[in-house]
Amino acid sequence: MVDIGVETTVHEHDAGLSDYFALMKPRVMQLVVFTAVVGLLAAPVNVHPIIAIASILFVAIGAGASGALNMWWDADIDAVMKRTAKRPIPSGTVTAEEAKILGFALAGMSIMMLALSANFLAAGLLAFTIFFYIIIYSAWLKRTTPQNIVIGGAAGAFPPVIGWVIATGSLSFEPWLMFALIFVWTPPHFWALALFMKADYHDAGVPMLTVTHGRTSTRKHIFVYTVVLALVAVGTAFTSIGGLLYLAASVPLNILFLKGAYEIWCRSEAQSEADDYKTEKKFFKLSLWYLFLHFGAILAGALMPIAWFGWS
Amino acid sequence: MNIRTEHELHRRRKGRNIGVGLLLGGFVILVLALTFVKITGGDFELPRVEEQQ
Repeated sequence: MVDIGVETTVHEHDAGLSDYFALMKPRVMQLVVFTAVVGLLAAPVNVHPIIAIASILFVAIGAGASGALNMWWDADIDAVMKRTAKRPIPSGTVTAEEAKILGFALAGMSIMMLALSANFLAAGLLAFTIFFYIIIYSAWLKRTTPQNIVIGGAAGAFPPVIGWVIATGSLSFEPWLMFALIFVWTPPHFWALALFMKADYHDAGVPMLTVTHGRTSTRKHIFVYTVVLALVAVGTAFTSIGGLLYLAASVPLNILFLKGAYEIWCRSEAQSEADDYKTEKKFFKLSLWYLFLHFGAILAGALMPIAWFGWS
Repeated sequence: MNIRTEHELHRRRKGRNIGVGLLLGGFVILVLALTFVKITGGDFELPRVEEQQ
């Protein structure tokens, strides 16, 4: 009898589709899609829904490509840190080589498709964002300077600008306000995380502010950046993308955020240890709502402007 | 008679292949829709003959 059974090589790393999806940092993608959509809808130009949906999808794929390339580059760090040890590469479900190929392929595809669906400026900005995140942040700043998160935050701040350019085809002052909001929000958000993830960054040899300048200095930095953020955030209310609705959301949010940052500044390490970083964790959670609600208010203001003595 | 036993790996690969197929199918539909919108929206309108003259 002839054996016609097909020989199957069982690979240890045989990933499912969900593993490749996890490689694209879906939670970061959500933030990118949301802020890009707000940038697109806040722009004073109507875009055909199919073009808008397709363009936002290509921005999301570009963000996913950045995530995959970041995981390829930082696989050694991810394996050491508790927070990232379960990512697809350190856990062994996807190889670093697969992540690299997927990342480059998706990056090229997303940039080309965005140029076709929207315009070359939007595609150029997407290409620059991917370049900035991988080369400037991941490969250079992250391992060399405690300012890594400050400058690297620019990569996460570009999506609303790209959204605006998808609609208008040009740059103006307003999208840079949205850029500034995310840019100044990023350091306190990540430094709060670094405070309660304690040994993670130290073990991985990443020069986070907590490692290079100490935790007391990081607490002070969080407060100073939060003050700057409050000025940017509330100031945006008095521009064409702000308005009454935005102001009504921004003021209480900034009071809460400043209060949280002040409490973090006043706390000693012993106090934080005693309650397992309760205040820092609360501040981190609030920071996510802070950004979501600010952009939500910009979106709401763009969709249903409320006029009040000529100010909307 | 089965010519080979189905391994758990085959099921996983089948799921992955179906997933990739659906994604590619979706991509084709999206490009088709984009092309339709771009052409009907006048993005690729040829210059009129009288304008050329």
